[in-house]
Amino acid sequence: MKFAVCINHVPDTATKVAIGSDGKSIEKTGVNYVISPYDEYAIEACLRFKEKQTGEVVAISCGGDVHKESLRKALAMGVDKAVLLKDDATRDSFGVARALADYLRDLSPDVIMFGKQSVDYDDSAVGIMVAEMLGLPSAAVVVKLELNGGTATADREIEGGHEVVEVQLPGVFTIQKGAYEPRYPSLKGIMAAKNKPIEERQPAPMEAKVETMTMVKPPAKQAGKIVGTDVGAVPELVRLLHEEAKVI
Amino acid sequence: MKIIAFAEQRDNKFKKPAFEVVKAARTVADQTGGEVIAVVVGSGVRSIAPELGGYGAHKVIVVEDAHLALYSSTAYATIVAAIAKKEGADAVMVPATAMGKDLAPRVAVKLDAGLVSDCIALKVEQGDILASRPVYAGKALTEVRVKSPVKVFSLRPNVFTVGAGSGETAPVELIDVPLTEQDFRSIVKEVKQSSAKLDVAEADIIVTGGRGLKGPENFAMIEELAAVLGGAVGASRAVVDAGWRKHDEQVGQTGKTVSPSLYIAIGVSGAIQHLAGMSSSKYIVAINRDKDAPIFQVASYGIVGDAFEIVPALTAELKKLLGKQ
Ligand SMILES: Cc1cc2nc3c(=O)[nH]c(=O)nc-3n(C[C@H](O)[C@H](O)[C@H](O)COP(=O)(O)OP(=O)(O)OC[C@H]3O[C@@H](n4cnc5c(N)ncnc54)[C@H](O)[C@@H]3O)c2cc1C
Ligand SMILES: Nc1ncnc2c1ncn2[C@@H]1O[C@H](COP(=O)(O)O)[C@@H](O)[C@H]1O
Repeated sequence: MKFAVCINHVPDTATKVAIGSDGKSIEKTGVNYVISPYDEYAIEACLRFKEKQTGEVVAISCGGDVHKESLRKALAMGVDKAVLLKDDATRDSFGVARALADYLRDLSPDVIMFGKQSVDYDDSAVGIMVAEMLGLPSAAVVVKLELNGGTATADREIEGGHEVVEVQLPGVFTIQKGAYEPRYPSLKGIMAAKNKPIEERQPAPMEAKVETMTMVKPPAKQAGKIVGTDVGAVPELVRLLHEEAKVI
Repeated sequence: MKIIAFAEQRDNKFKKPAFEVVKAARTVADQTGGEVIAVVVGSGVRSIAPELGGYGAHKVIVVEDAHLALYSSTAYATIVAAIAKKEGADAVMVPATAMGKDLAPRVAVKLDAGLVSDCIALKVEQGDILASRPVYAGKALTEVRVKSPVKVFSLRPNVFTVGAGSGETAPVELIDVPLTEQDFRSIVKEVKQSSAKLDVAEADIIVTGGRGLKGPENFAMIEELAAVLGGAVGASRAVVDAGWRKHDEQVGQTGKTVSPSLYIAIGVSGAIQHLAGMSSSKYIVAINRDKDAPIFQVASYGIVGDAFEIVPALTAELKKLLGKQ
């Protein structure tokens, strides 16, 4: 079976965000970039299926040269091939999806995996857009996946429960934290990854459909009131919640 | 603007986000001189449709079929996009729920439309919509404009508030949208409810426990407090990773983003990834032994002290107030 996994290269979640001088994006200096955490679950899922039933895993990222860092890590984790769809311009979700879909159409994998969302713009969009562009069925926010021949059974998270979705393959899945805790690359993996080539492709340019006008920090929370330092403060806390905040 | 509002239903009942989307669409339509067409998809859902008039729908289009009883990503998207095209809609709005987040990207592609996910405000300027949305898990806010002729928005639940409906009813149009086998290559086989408990993403009050609770057994105390308040139980990643609580309760950057009226954090340090998921809550209460814990920087009210003393006392005091002896 052929697996493809699409990965994004994003500021790590501990980043303290500062707004850049353009007022439309974050200040990038000093920021540490990583594979978006959900994409690591997706890589792990692909690797486990490959190990169980043989096949090939291709990792794909769309962005500038810096994305190679994450592709390199994916190689170290064990993917067979890495592809950079090179574009230094920032693309919106639609544009990223178009670049990925164009590449994936030729690759025609049986299973295409994504993270459920990138932890930069939190769009939760690219995976499902690619599915639609390729005319493929999908299941989103999947915590566990079973492959049985031509179909897959996905356990997907919804509000207050789960949906069991049956998807005909080829199909697209976006992965949520669940059954696929990512492995650490082994030393051997890291060494091997250093020598593996990263294929580069030039995606067709695409005009953005969504334009960011401004980016600001959210209004700072006013430092709160310490009501007290022991159990004696409880009645006053309840009074404040009831009379001042009026939330109970 | 002519706006399609997707009114999500499950078990032939609307959830609050359905009303929120209809009402938000109406607010925009009123400022741009337009119309709101609500869309309801399901099986046997015709009877619930008129109610959407009470939230601002001018008309409701219903598509019914036994095969549509449970959500299908492809079939629902085909229907919503077909209606948007037929009506010549300028915008489509869906709730940013599990269903809506799955639907919106497909609809956007079908309509060659720009998508703005998880909006928390919509403003009309010179006849165009400016949408605000959090990025980097709420560490920054952006204002965005969609340049394509048709625009798709998903709206974060619990933010566009609605009261009770006015009781007005909207005219209902029942239509057929041709579907093929292609539209059913992914189907929901089963919906498993998690023991009817309230989900953090939908709750108006959340009581979250962290590693300060020392062990899973002590969450009984958190559950009791949540029950007294009619709220949901949340968890920090530390306790989810330790296996004390399920991942669907996790609040934060790699859990759920929540903005309830009241968020009570107990034995939670307030790591940046946790704050990212909950700092937009209206009121935050922190109970922590460490006066320097970062959670106090976002808390409206705090008690510096031992959760094992404070939480039972708080529960008792609230029972007194709320008359739940
Ligand atoms: C990629 C990534 C993603 C992450 N995503 C998330 C996320 O989505 N959500 C999330 O929550 N975290 C997330 N984290 C983890 C985060 O960094 C913290 O490790 C985690 O939030 C800590 O959980 P905690 O506050 O329960 O535990 P701790 O940080 O250990 O804090 C426990 C607190 O309890 C207090 N305490 C101890 N005993 C008592 C007592 N008796 N009474 C009162 N207080 C007491 C202590 O003073 C302390 O402040 C993420 C981390 C990474 C690297
Ligand atoms: N630039 C990118 N290159 C490759 N994959 C991406 C890129 N951006 C997003 N993705 C994939 O799409 C998923 C959803 O991203 P988003 O829609 O941005 O939340 C991510 O988890 C990745 O799997």
